[in-house]
Amino acid sequence: MMKPELIYTTYIRTTPEKLWHAITNPEFTRQYWGGNENVSDWIPGAKWAHISGDEQRAARIIGQVVESVPPKRLVLTWADPADEADISRVTFQIESVDDEVRLDVIHGDFRPGSDMVNKVSGGWPRVLSSLKSFLETGKALKSASCAAKHAATEALV
Amino acid sequence: MVAYNAHMTIDDDKVYKALADSSRRQLLDRLHQQGGLTLSELCEQQDMTRQAVSKHLALLEAANLVATVKRGREKLHYLNAVPINDIYMRWIGKFEQKQVQALFNLKQALKEDHHDET
Repeated sequence: MMKPELIYTTYIRTTPEKLWHAITNPEFTRQYWGGNENVSDWIPGAKWAHISGDEQRAARIIGQVVESVPPKRLVLTWADPADEADISRVTFQIESVDDEVRLDVIHGDFRPGSDMVNKVSGGWPRVLSSLKSFLETGKALKSASCAAKHAATEALV
Repeated sequence: MVAYNAHMTIDDDKVYKALADSSRRQLLDRLHQQGGLTLSELCEQQDMTRQAVSKHLALLEAANLVATVKRGREKLHYLNAVPINDIYMRWIGKFEQKQVQALFNLKQALKEDHHDET
């Protein structure tokens, strides 16, 4: 394993199943992740895309499902559609800890010279804060989802 | 609901306490510059003993401000900014965000001007 560049952890009062659903269901992702939807069959080898929830359905991030073990582990490749060769890898790990669920997001395997790491490092904490709020209170953080939208756009430039 | 609030308070307290120490903030600054450092690497350029650094790291990890991953026999440390973002979002709402950012930018610009003069 290469040394991962970014690791984020958050503890959420929910169940692993709900958290898995929140990450993989377009209706849910749209509510806390800058209005964008995660779309895929979520089986290894399948394509996945992070697309805008509006009429444009513009792909923000694309990739493939590498591993999918619901509701525990999801590994995806991650690339800007404008530069598909610049692939990195995102791992979601879900684990029950006492009465909470721990989510680890590991973003690594960036290509040498890629500035994707700088593009996403501000965005992940905002997305994960908003996800936590969404699952615990039923509401995404409005400001976070706006900020996350901005971050998702940044990741495209 | 009460249990939920109490729970949140305990978590928040850990974060504030962890941040209320300049040595620990220095460690976070170092991890912000570069993630994935071992204890030995973090001890370099610090005025603290290895034991002190280790103790501070344990506190930061308990507050979830530092995430770790094991690679072989090494433990790598990363800044986890999610709890800081949770705090930020608690008081800075949708409408304030632009104003706060504008003031921050103004402050930075004034600081830079000041540096240019001196």
